[in-house]
Amino acid sequence: MKTFLLGNLNWDALPHEWFTVGGSVAVTLMGIAVVAFLTYTKRWKWLWNEWLTTTDPKKIGVMYILAATLMFIRGGLDAIMIWLQQALASGNAPGYLGAAHGYLNADHFQQIFTAHGDIMVFFVTMGFFFGLMNLIVPLQIGARDLAFPFLNSLGFWLYAAGAILINLFFMVGGQFAAAGWLAIPPLAEATYNPGVGMDYWVWSLQVSGLGSLLGGLNFLVTIIKMRAPGMTLMKMPLFVWTSLCSMVLVLSAFPILTVTIALIWLDRFFGLHFFTSSFGGNPMMYVNLIWMWGHPEVYILVIPAFGIFSEVIATFSHKRVFGYASLVGAAIGVTFISMLVWLHHFFTMGAGADVNAVFGISTMLIGVPTAVQLFNWILTMFRGKISWNLPMYWVMGFFATFTFGGMAGMLLATPAADFSLHNTLFLVAHFHTMIVGGALFGIFAGITYWFPKVTGFKLNERLGKISFWLWLVGFFMSFTPLYILGALGATRRLDHYDFSGWQPLFITALVGGIVIAIGFLVQIWQVVVSFKERKANLDTTGDPWNGRTLEWSTPSPAPFYSFPATPVVHSRDAWWEMKKEGKQPQKYEDITLAKNTGVPIYISAFAFVFGFAMVWHVIWLAVASALGIIACVIARSFAENTEYVLTAAEVEKLELARKRA
Amino acid sequence: MSTMNENEKHILEEEKATDKTIFGFWVYLMTDLLMFGALFAAYIVLRGNTFGGPTSEALFDLNNALAETLILLTSSFTCGLALLAVHRGKKGAATAWFSGTFALGVAFLAFELTEFSTLIATGNGPQANAFLSSFFTLVGTHGLHITLGLVWLLVGIVHIWVRGLTPSITSKLSRFALFWHFLDVVWIFIFTIVYLMGVAI
Repeated sequence: MKTFLLGNLNWDALPHEWFTVGGSVAVTLMGIAVVAFLTYTKRWKWLWNEWLTTTDPKKIGVMYILAATLMFIRGGLDAIMIWLQQALASGNAPGYLGAAHGYLNADHFQQIFTAHGDIMVFFVTMGFFFGLMNLIVPLQIGARDLAFPFLNSLGFWLYAAGAILINLFFMVGGQFAAAGWLAIPPLAEATYNPGVGMDYWVWSLQVSGLGSLLGGLNFLVTIIKMRAPGMTLMKMPLFVWTSLCSMVLVLSAFPILTVTIALIWLDRFFGLHFFTSSFGGNPMMYVNLIWMWGHPEVYILVIPAFGIFSEVIATFSHKRVFGYASLVGAAIGVTFISMLVWLHHFFTMGAGADVNAVFGISTMLIGVPTAVQLFNWILTMFRGKISWNLPMYWVMGFFATFTFGGMAGMLLATPAADFSLHNTLFLVAHFHTMIVGGALFGIFAGITYWFPKVTGFKLNERLGKISFWLWLVGFFMSFTPLYILGALGATRRLDHYDFSGWQPLFITALVGGIVIAIGFLVQIWQVVVSFKERKANLDTTGDPWNGRTLEWSTPSPAPFYSFPATPVVHSRDAWWEMKKEGKQPQKYEDITLAKNTGVPIYISAFAFVFGFAMVWHVIWLAVASALGIIACVIARSFAENTEYVLTAAEVEKLELARKRA
Repeated sequence: MSTMNENEKHILEEEKATDKTIFGFWVYLMTDLLMFGALFAAYIVLRGNTFGGPTSEALFDLNNALAETLILLTSSFTCGLALLAVHRGKKGAATAWFSGTFALGVAFLAFELTEFSTLIATGNGPQANAFLSSFFTLVGTHGLHITLGLVWLLVGIVHIWVRGLTPSITSKLSRFALFWHFLDVVWIFIFTIVYLMGVAI
């Protein structure tokens, strides 16, 4: 009976190690503080009506970015812990806190690097990009909402459910997966990883992956079907183009991830033999499948950043972007080639020289469209009148790091060289250069660029520049040593190394990591200061940077109906042209908008409980929550009047009130 | 445009929304197709890995698979007739043809479950070896889709009677039909790659 009711849950699942107790206490205290604050200020109703149940992409985008920031702190703490362990755990140095080397035991160290990778990829970078796309893509194409507002909210809440699930092990279970961020079998099989950590991995990624898939579908349909009149494909802003490319990759790659995770779960839960090392299972098939998703995934993370750079560079160079068509072509080229290179992640598998050669060459080919973009950006700046605002700093940081990392990538793409660099810190340094220098710097450029559009005031430039330099210096300080160490033969994921000659380099990396952490704290401070001094930095025009695309044609922050009148587009830089030729006449019209709905939260709550029940094998609860999901979907299918109309007269009244204020 | 009355405008907007939804549903179907693609790939890689157990030739019964195929194809036909009735606004005929589709779907599932239980009873369950793991997962995933489709179909029939054949309900039923035909297409591949090639090649 007890097993039926509780599955594998028992008292041992409660926190009893310093880090799980610490994590649980911290989360609980934060939770209590938030609840107390909301109750004290009587904001529950406001929170529910204005934010949690909203279908407005401008608000969902903000929620994505806030959630991703929290997860960034979480993943960043993991990073500092990894750096600290490696700086300490050299040669015969004594261990601390009961560990043989450093201050973490090997198993705990494994859990930390696994969690770091998963959180940074699935919940930080993906979260930031879905956030930015929600905020900006509809505005850039002159649409008031996404194609499916309900699914947009559902996608966010599934992402949130996944994010909670991946952190829940602190409170219930006490251990995370210890098999690397991609959970390579047979190590990830129940035989070698019997604990609940792997199951948390399975269900948090499955739930949030479903959210990403819904997001991908929604943005694809939105971009294809909902552009403002006159905006042909070749008149779309480049951020819209790169978002479209990224979403095509999401739709092509995430189904494979869903299947792969489902298969490893079947192995673990039902004892099937897809990837086991016996009964005919084929562990290498897992590696193929996961990288068929995994390689497109890194481009899903970096392609939208390319679009942000194009927007920022054109705006701050006060010029049309150079070679628009070739930038579009390059984005599409990267999209396609990125689906044909997955094998370069395991040249050492033994596929043979010919297969390795094909994938080595296809990998190097990606350098061509990427270089095209880089030269286009440089030529956009050439003879432009460049304003050196904060977003441009991040662009320059990106140029430096991305080119550097790209060169290292060319080296790794050579199968012969890869045999000695495979699974070393050289590889770790390479992909951090691409993801931090490419995706993350792109996110920072995007956030600083579009911040006034969302909040109505600009960010403090001085603090932003300080944080930029801390990030850039810290980045090279922490990852250049890893390139050297990798070339010297240090493998990745070392919780201890015998050769104490490596220690100075690992210590340098740690110091670099601390510099990055300070840079991040300065960024938080920058937001706080900017908020306090917002009156001095108000954006009253809606167009603080003298922008070129439609999002700057609306006031900042944009009203809930985004555009009082639907814009009509005649050229690529639509807003630039409208400014040059005098504003369009404002002809108000009836606007149809989606109503708020709580159903996405209910569905995601059921999905969360389902995941939790599956982790602990509480079958009745899993069945009940699955039925709950189905019931919610059916109930929603009967819903009528999910939209409301804002009449032209009402719009006019709202606009007049806004202009008076 | 200015001559358009309110009603026409409303209909135009409904059509636009339907167009968006149907397109979105096609995109969803393509992602589902990729999921099946990955499962097919896994099956093709693993189908020889019987770990000393009986091969597909010894285990599969082509007559059974043929019966399943005919049932499913017929159900697609009745589903098509139902959709025609929907577009003609005939609630009774639509319900009748959809009920036929439902019955055929249940029959298909009965055949599939019989096959599965026979295999499991003879010690050839999904845990026996990698070949059977991939077989049960691929065919079972299709069966799961059929099951969810049947639930959807029941809800759809209720929709017809509770809400009538409004544009939004018609759009929902059209999407169901797409889903059902899609499962038919996937089944043709299962019939060919799993059963025909499993026995003949």
